[in-house]
Amino acid sequence: MTMERKGAEILWETLVHEGVDVVFGYPGGAILPAYDALQGFPIRHVLARHEQGAAHMADGYARASGRVGVAIATSGPGATNLVTGIANAMLDSSPVVFITGQVPSWLIGRDAFQEVDMTGITLPITKHNYLVTRSADIGPTLEQAFYIARSGRPGPVVVDITKDALQQGATFVPGARPVRLPGYRPDLRALPEEYEHAASLIDQARRPVLLAGQGVLQSGATAALLQFAEKAQVPVALTLLGLGTLPASHALNLGLLGMHGEAWVNKAVQEADLLVALGMRFDDRVTGTLATFARGARKIHVDIDPSEIDKNVAVDVGIVGDARETLERLTARVRPARRDAWLARITELKGDSAVRDIQTLPDDGRLFAAHVIHDLWKATAGDALVVTDVGQHQMWVAQYYRQETPHRLITSAGLGTMGFGIPAAIGAKLARPDEEVWVVVGDGGFQMTAAELTTCAQEGVKINVALINNGYLGMVRQWQEFFYQKRYAATPLRNPDFVKLADAHGLASWRVEERADVTTAVQRARREPGACVIDFRVVQEDSVYPMVPTGAALDEMIRRPSAIVETAESEW
Amino acid sequence: MGTNGRKLATRLQTLVVYVEDLPGVLTRVASLFRRRAFNIASLTVGHTDQPGVSRMTIVMEGDDADGLRCEANLYRLVNVLRVENVTYEAALVRDLALVKVRCPALRRPEVLQVCEVFRARVVDLSLEAVVVEITGVEEKIDGLLDVLRPFGIIEMVRTGVVAMTRGSEAPSIDPHFVHAVVPEHSMEGEDPR
Repeated sequence: MTMERKGAEILWETLVHEGVDVVFGYPGGAILPAYDALQGFPIRHVLARHEQGAAHMADGYARASGRVGVAIATSGPGATNLVTGIANAMLDSSPVVFITGQVPSWLIGRDAFQEVDMTGITLPITKHNYLVTRSADIGPTLEQAFYIARSGRPGPVVVDITKDALQQGATFVPGARPVRLPGYRPDLRALPEEYEHAASLIDQARRPVLLAGQGVLQSGATAALLQFAEKAQVPVALTLLGLGTLPASHALNLGLLGMHGEAWVNKAVQEADLLVALGMRFDDRVTGTLATFARGARKIHVDIDPSEIDKNVAVDVGIVGDARETLERLTARVRPARRDAWLARITELKGDSAVRDIQTLPDDGRLFAAHVIHDLWKATAGDALVVTDVGQHQMWVAQYYRQETPHRLITSAGLGTMGFGIPAAIGAKLARPDEEVWVVVGDGGFQMTAAELTTCAQEGVKINVALINNGYLGMVRQWQEFFYQKRYAATPLRNPDFVKLADAHGLASWRVEERADVTTAVQRARREPGACVIDFRVVQEDSVYPMVPTGAALDEMIRRPSAIVETAESEW
Repeated sequence: MGTNGRKLATRLQTLVVYVEDLPGVLTRVASLFRRRAFNIASLTVGHTDQPGVSRMTIVMEGDDADGLRCEANLYRLVNVLRVENVTYEAALVRDLALVKVRCPALRRPEVLQVCEVFRARVVDLSLEAVVVEITGVEEKIDGLLDVLRPFGIIEMVRTGVVAMTRGSEAPSIDPHFVHAVVPEHSMEGEDPR
């Protein structure tokens, strides 16, 4: 005989059964019964300073752990403050369950205090969402939510629970009955002939390029990718979220493609006669203008989500399925290949590279952001778990912090959410406490969620913040420089004293203005017992090169103007 | 590409969609069309003879590629059970209209004659007006309206189209994908843990 328990207790019991050990949240009226019942359950609650912070923490936790992250907030403003974080998780297919309180069921539709239509608001930015008004539905709904969030193409699920459902009693045994969703098919597979067709296209290709995205990481396909690439001798270009799928030092790894990809990568894609896209979605930041994208290439698209096939780029073969399984099947079918001419051509393209340019600049006392990131990479032996915010520094991390192993870069790609970095790093550190976690963040994004530094102090979360401070909203300034005749409208920042600010939060902090001090600063941060903030004062008007302007073809890139830096690789 | 051998470029796509009969499902479907910028020409929804399952007929503006994209997107909705594009199937497609027409006694014979030709039924009659009911494909109804308009249409309502394939095959609510199959050992939507 099962005992009747409150909905709030069922909530925590179900979370425990789902393997949750930490949730990120912020209490309030409608969710209070849940908080009241939390004591006694083996779940750590991390108190954010803003619900958006809690959302990004849960997202960072999910990405770092490969498990479902959980954020919790109250109704009304608590719920709406999550919205940016929910959209961010949606755009990057991150498995997060968001639990929100709702006004009592009899007040729904009355514009009650702190009532918003949370399921209505989040409908387009969730994989699925629920409004729960009965205690008996809390357990089964949460089990569905976790299943949906982590299976197939992962994504966020919102579970909005009325206060009375949390307060009233019901009986529920977690895991007793299988979750059954008749319309939900996360285990789709391609038709068998599609694999044969794909393999024959790969065998026939003379200039193939594989485009690897986050799906490769999420399906645990990095080893399968390596085997495939080596057997078929296919060079691999990576999306921002695909960095780490193949070691940066591997001969077949071309590196980042797209708007700020290396010139040779984009040129190789444009010259290819076959593209094999794996777990990526042909984002406009990856393709440049579609009309001129890889016109001479046949295209194979592998994705777990059927709606991605033919969405942006019409393909010759669409394979719906898991990236690892697909790669294994393709590896078994393709012939071992040699593509010496094609690989030689790519080496030739690399010859006129400019992206490594900044490393070849004489160290004239000026501190470039790229210097900071490069030296951070060296000082940490490329082994840190790096979380970025959004903007120029993010692109420099993608270019200069070379990823040798998977799952060491966490970044907001699809939504491009400023303010993501610091809270996401807190979540990541809690997911992987033994890792050295570095946040690289600009001075703009830093100030959006800097209040979470106090969360670090209160929760004792050791993260290292490399603040790339150029006194501008740098990426926007760069666009103004390139496309708006340097009219710097609303991009210069009059910043607070970041060292004092961090100090007020109880964090160690200091300033670095010269390149010679970067490595020592990194070493000092590693020795600090608690979280710390390094204010790197970098060159103010630097830009990310190369750059494909919007509307241009992928190989029409803006290059660094100075001739001195148009040189090949140096210390790489 | 990706049109699966179907003819290209028709202006309208007709989709039959089976969904779980749950609160908010219509909103989810409508929201999907808005979000992906598909234009709905007509949408009807009603019960089926299976408890818990509703059936929608959606006519959308778009070519065959749009139809395929829409199908795939509909399957992303957890509550959608099956989508069938019946645009090129042998299908019965029906719209129903009620038309209130100005019709003093003197003009009744003319109106009734028009109705007879179009196989419409007069379902209400008053001194100054008649209400005509007609079912059929949209073009037929449009034709009747053209002829009735000179008499003076007081009010008109149409249901939007419903569609059903011809023949003896029973409908299935199992999903059917153009690009993919559900594996034989499928968990049928069950969490494998």
